[in-house]
Amino acid sequence: MSTNNRPLSPHIQVYRWQFTMVLSILHRATGAGLALGALLMAWWLMAAVTGVGAFAQFHEFTHSLIGQLMLAGWVWAFVFHFLNGIRHLVWDTGRGFTIKGASRSGQAVFLLSLIGTALVWVAA
Amino acid sequence: MKKNKDSIRTPLGRARGLGSSKEGTHHWWMQRVTSIALLPLSLYWLFQLKHITETDHGDFTAWLHQPVNGIAAVLFIIASFYHAMLGVQVIIEDYVHGEGAKIVTLLLNKLAFFTAGAVCIFAVLYINFAPVAQAGN
Repeated sequence: MSTNNRPLSPHIQVYRWQFTMVLSILHRATGAGLALGALLMAWWLMAAVTGVGAFAQFHEFTHSLIGQLMLAGWVWAFVFHFLNGIRHLVWDTGRGFTIKGASRSGQAVFLLSLIGTALVWVAA
Repeated sequence: MKKNKDSIRTPLGRARGLGSSKEGTHHWWMQRVTSIALLPLSLYWLFQLKHITETDHGDFTAWLHQPVNGIAAVLFIIASFYHAMLGVQVIIEDYVHGEGAKIVTLLLNKLAFFTAGAVCIFAVLYINFAPVAQAGN
């Protein structure tokens, strides 16, 4: 049985972009970013084990412009993935599946992720 | 597949037992279990962000030396690395198509997250079991 010559179903390029699609791919993108951040956590903890010098180096990096940008991006990615993850868990219970409901919860998640990031940044 | 051409086994009989149906539910379920575990654990870390980015070495190790922070750290590491490994696995399965490349990247994914997770847990325990005075060295 050959699977190479089967017709392909239309992919995303034939559809008009919609907000819920953007959020869907953002959930994956932020997840991948956070996974990279989790690997960086190993560097940070090992720096703390190695000693004062290595920890100071890490501290210097997180307070450089690149480090601060990365940290800000990471905080937003976390807040977004956290809130959208709750949205997914609610869907798992079978609720909120209407077009209107999914759009509304999506807009709420996006707005709250920006507010949450700002709050964390001011507090920390 | 050629040698199966003359087989009298049905297509369903040949396909059964292959593919994601072997463990799809477990993957899905563990993703939910770890995500629910991460709701309180990750919030705890977010609220402790100051202790992570705004301290020197002595203050940080002293903070991590407290049992509640050490335990929260180990739990967070287990749940987050498991969750990340499951997520990256799905991304690989979606985008890496060659059978060989897929197996290699899936293997690297598992090894990378298990290794990094073990390194993190080791680091937390190392700081926790060191005497307080030495932890500040």
